[in-house]
Amino acid sequence: MTVNPAPNSFRNGPDEQGRFGIFGGRFVAETLMPLILDLEKAYAEAKVDPAFRTELDGYLKHYVGRPSPLYFAERMTAHVRALAEAKGGTGGAKIYFKRDELNHTGAHKVNNVTGQILLAMRMGKKRIIAETGAGQHGVATATLCARFGLQCVVYMGAVDVERQKPNVFRMKMLGAEVIPVQSGTRTLKDAMNEALRDWVTNVADTFYCIGTAAGPHPYPMMVRDFQSVIGHETRAQMQEAEGRLPDSLIASIGGGSNAIGLFHPFLDEPSVKIWGVEAAGHGVESGQHAASLTGGRPGVLHGNRTYLLMDDDGQITDAHSISAGLDYPGIGPEHAWLHQMGRIDYISATDSEALEAFQLCSKLEGIIPALEPSHALAKVVQLAPDLPRDHLMVVNLCGRGDKDIFTVAEHLGGM
Amino acid sequence: MTTRLATRFAQCAAEGRAALVTFVTAGDPDHVTAQAILHALPGAGADIIELGVPFTDPMADGIPIQLAGQRALRAGQTLRKTLAMVRDFRKRDAATPIVLMGYYNPIYVYGVDVFLKDALAAGVDGLIMVDLPPEEDAELCLPALKAGLNFIRLATPTTDDKRLPKVLQNTSGFVYYVSMTGITGGVIASYDAVGEAVARIKAHTNLPVAVGFGVKTAADAAAIAKGADGVVVGSALVEKVRLSLDGAGKATPATVSAVTDLVSELARGVRSVRKAA
Repeated sequence: MTVNPAPNSFRNGPDEQGRFGIFGGRFVAETLMPLILDLEKAYAEAKVDPAFRTELDGYLKHYVGRPSPLYFAERMTAHVRALAEAKGGTGGAKIYFKRDELNHTGAHKVNNVTGQILLAMRMGKKRIIAETGAGQHGVATATLCARFGLQCVVYMGAVDVERQKPNVFRMKMLGAEVIPVQSGTRTLKDAMNEALRDWVTNVADTFYCIGTAAGPHPYPMMVRDFQSVIGHETRAQMQEAEGRLPDSLIASIGGGSNAIGLFHPFLDEPSVKIWGVEAAGHGVESGQHAASLTGGRPGVLHGNRTYLLMDDDGQITDAHSISAGLDYPGIGPEHAWLHQMGRIDYISATDSEALEAFQLCSKLEGIIPALEPSHALAKVVQLAPDLPRDHLMVVNLCGRGDKDIFTVAEHLGGM
Repeated sequence: MTTRLATRFAQCAAEGRAALVTFVTAGDPDHVTAQAILHALPGAGADIIELGVPFTDPMADGIPIQLAGQRALRAGQTLRKTLAMVRDFRKRDAATPIVLMGYYNPIYVYGVDVFLKDALAAGVDGLIMVDLPPEEDAELCLPALKAGLNFIRLATPTTDDKRLPKVLQNTSGFVYYVSMTGITGGVIASYDAVGEAVARIKAHTNLPVAVGFGVKTAADAAAIAKGADGVVVGSALVEKVRLSLDGAGKATPATVSAVTDLVSELARGVRSVRKAA
């Protein structure tokens, strides 16, 4: 193993090759290379164009509904303090929810999609393709395509089509074509394979709107930038509420876009402790999980080098999570690097822990969270009691649970 | 040292014809049958063999090659076993070039240096890695060239004149022109456009240019062979494997000949077009 010296900043990545340390890169077919270079150039120009920023901010405010509130979760806080007392402690962190579940379409995904769709139009692309797992990214993409009159094709694993029916219906209502993917394991990774096959075939008019901070450069950087609105708002809102920085941040991680969006503006604040929560499924030791950092190792898939779940021959293995949005055998390359550098502490929550937190949050706060952030909430309940009362903890409530009620009902035996 | 690829392309050129490059997936439908297919290819008329390395997530492949890879993986194929197939082949055939084609992850996980050593020892001549564009040359291309293996680059309809020199820079053995924007097994829209693209590439390099993606019949092969130095057929061959299997997906006595019969036809197609030597 090479020893990694601490960098001057954790916020300078990626380099010109699209690398975060050894992670990231551009591992794509030659057919796509010119397209990816075009995209990189177009994004670099848009990023410094004040007109693009103004346009994006306008849609984020009036269409998406930003800024999302930073909400003091009073009863959740009381709950963790009661847990602390029961253990003979006096602590219990003060818990805030960053409420990205209140966005139009019900999750953080729309932040990124709004940015990418405006960029696609700037590039003159008329046809948008996307992959989706839980369907939230597909719904957000279908929504923006409807808003701007663009053709939209969404690839979704046939297994996910089955377990996320409300979102499939939503996408169709919005005018998108939803293509169930029958290849491989018929989940998110296969949807991404199929979207890449579409893109390589329809290079002239098609823009691939990737839903998470993964894929070939410049996607991990671009998606992170568009999602960083979460962290920038949190910083300003916490300043207003408490007059200082938060002490810790916590978010769930599949590909990792909601997490990197919250974390990135705080990476160079050494006082801010950061936890990323992967999906442990039936438990990492069971082999049926989606925790690529905890249970995987570095490899190359979907255009980037990152931590992957795979066997000794380099064949990608099935991920498992109760949450379709976390059911992916990889993770964004910037998370892989931050893990290697030790800046972020990556932990995991099981299906059953997430289910418990789902119910707890619903009952205590009157907020039905998606199963994805329920993984983060599960760890809040475990971590917060051991932290002092003046510790300010922000959890990214990145999606609402409407889409998950049938899955949860099934697991709880019809409630 | 003259490589097997250079020698074979020179022989075909001397005969005034294009080379027939046949792709089959290693381990499809099982290790033993795949080995028998591999042994039978040169006799049926294959000049060069591309041996597909199965991968769970073949992002540039159409359904025929996806299914072939799944069959091979289900039957227990690994990169180690694929190298063993090449070793066995070399015991009988010292002249037919073998190029491994696939995706980077299995090689990355095997370990690049160890892999290159083992591949050379097994008798592999070159590598075609779909997901390693010139931007990632440091990963495998440069180490492979240094180790003495050919690294065959894909050029595509989106590779314009400005980019072509970058694509050709570290290419060796031959250039693989992808006939269309799309995945393997698609449909070639225009032979004329392919011919023009081959001419364009040949203006930039002295390497032989082989054309693949979408060549299915002897007539396709003959049409492509007019301008190209090599014609690659893959999806059509692995479809022959699939169609020869029994109800349980197992090989039958007809499996090997299903492949070699088509190879013979394709070889006749390629040989029907005479070019100036």
